[in-house]
Amino acid sequence: MAGYLAKRLLSLVPVLFVVTVAIFLIIHITPGGPAASILGMEATEEEIERLNEELGLNRPIHEQYVTWVAGLLRGDLGDSIFMRMPVSRAIREHIGPTLSLAIVAQLIAIVLAIPFGMLAAYKRGTLADYTLMGASLLGMAVPSFLMGLLLMLVIGVKLGWLPVAGYAPLSAGLGVHLKFLILPALSLGSIQAALIARMTRSSMLDILNLPFIRTARSKGLNELKVVGKHALRNAFLPILTVVGQTFGTLVTGAVVVESIFNIPGLGQLILNSIERRDYAVIQGVVLFVTIIYVAINLAVDLLYGAVDPRVRLDKR
Amino acid sequence: MELLNREQYDVLRKRLAREQRRLNIRRIKSNYGLVAGAVLFLFFVLLAVAGPLIIPHDPAEMKVAERLMAPGGTHWLGTDEFGRDLLARIVYGARVSIAAGLSVAAIASVLGLIAGLYASYYKWLDHVLMRICDGLYAIPGILLAIALMAALGASIRNVIIALSIVYTPGIARIVRSAALSVRSQTYIEAMVVQGAGATRIIWRHIMPNTLSPLLVQATFVFAEAIISEAALSFLGVGIPAPEPSWGNILQAGKLVIYKAWWMVVFPGAAIVLTVLGLNLLGDGLRDHLDPRLAAKGKR
Repeated sequence: MAGYLAKRLLSLVPVLFVVTVAIFLIIHITPGGPAASILGMEATEEEIERLNEELGLNRPIHEQYVTWVAGLLRGDLGDSIFMRMPVSRAIREHIGPTLSLAIVAQLIAIVLAIPFGMLAAYKRGTLADYTLMGASLLGMAVPSFLMGLLLMLVIGVKLGWLPVAGYAPLSAGLGVHLKFLILPALSLGSIQAALIARMTRSSMLDILNLPFIRTARSKGLNELKVVGKHALRNAFLPILTVVGQTFGTLVTGAVVVESIFNIPGLGQLILNSIERRDYAVIQGVVLFVTIIYVAINLAVDLLYGAVDPRVRLDKR
Repeated sequence: MELLNREQYDVLRKRLAREQRRLNIRRIKSNYGLVAGAVLFLFFVLLAVAGPLIIPHDPAEMKVAERLMAPGGTHWLGTDEFGRDLLARIVYGARVSIAAGLSVAAIASVLGLIAGLYASYYKWLDHVLMRICDGLYAIPGILLAIALMAALGASIRNVIIALSIVYTPGIARIVRSAALSVRSQTYIEAMVVQGAGATRIIWRHIMPNTLSPLLVQATFVFAEAIISEAALSFLGVGIPAPEPSWGNILQAGKLVIYKAWWMVVFPGAAIVLTVLGLNLLGDGLRDHLDPRLAAKGKR
């Protein structure tokens, strides 16, 4: 296990190198250079020169990269020009809503998808199966920001059941917190729910045909126990894979959904920073979310071994 | 026994080709997903191409008196906050959105094909290119696109550039894995031994074998690019107003969601149906081009 972990961590080195180079280079492709872009059209040569000096942009590019990465390794993501604070602090102030949203979306997706996926597998070939799978196909074709708008329109505006937009932190109470998060989480989680339902169905179908299910039935266990316990447990690994992989995309997707519902998370931070041409923040947020994304995927891979003893990671 | 003469051979060959075509058409016809996807998608392409000829309204013409009119009357799908005809804007938006998606799919396919093929042929290049792909792949696509748009500035051209950068690594990987399995075949070794040049081997003998998976993947990228373009434009970093795109119509629709449901529902439906069509088309193409996969998936 330790050997496998070391190997996986080592393989991340080139990935992170490319990631940092790519994100570093992004601000250097701005037309006319970042300083001119920050200051706008009316800036004089001297002003641009002065800002370049202040931001260290007049040094050779590899030197700038090394300085930047050295800062990253110390946890220093640079400073926001507009907000006059370290980027890491800006991220800390905005991460809460994003994570809350992603987690609630994941929970909703799991709670909806696994029972429906099991039902579809159990009732395979019936109307219920076709309806559920048709719905999931449609669900995958609706992008989250659109699902958000539609939910907002139907549930928020027409029916008035839930607030249309806004956010309340967890400190305002769990009930209020969730009330604001349900619509965004539902829109964010719908594609995930569709994916998990499909994976649950196909994984269950594989298992339901196996001899040990027949054995369980023939020894007189009730159906609920056969399907809910024996079959689900064995069908769980592929489901876990999808859940794990999609959690990374949920964190990313949250960034988009936030802007629809005016949730003050990382998405709003990055979009505001685009208007302010606050490149350090944009770089910082993209890098931060990428690292979360990579870390989640690694954690999911490592979890396989814990869930399924048949997967012997270190023997590979 | 006499061999076939030239004429007989030609006749026979033509008949065989015809038979092959007939079988192929029958297989396509019985592939309902493929047909449904193609019909759905072609409907929107037709709308984009021919729509402007049929619709009597100009997508940019503003009429203050006709602001936010509900669907019906002369404005079949209603009007927007400036009194512009929504149907006309969706039809012109189809041109922009589909053209952007197609350009991204085409550019990413060409770049991915070149990268994937050469990576499969030269070991050292493989290491370099695949590490670059891994890295770009690790950055969540929509975030990479947002960051690129932040640097480049909002415009159609920049949306196409940014999304092509996002989708090229995925295609390069698929082409590479298809090419690698061909690369290890004996006949490629034989060509190397006979002294055939790398360019000839890569483009005449390896490349044709990567086209089926490439085509399937390109269809999916097309669909994803349409979604991503809409998302970027919706967030205000994609295609800027007043040029209509499905994404920025939705962006305007969000602001008037209390008064005008049609501004959200109709452009939304256009996106969903186009994407659904492309996804069905992609699935169908995969089944058609690789029947072994289809049989496995249908259990």
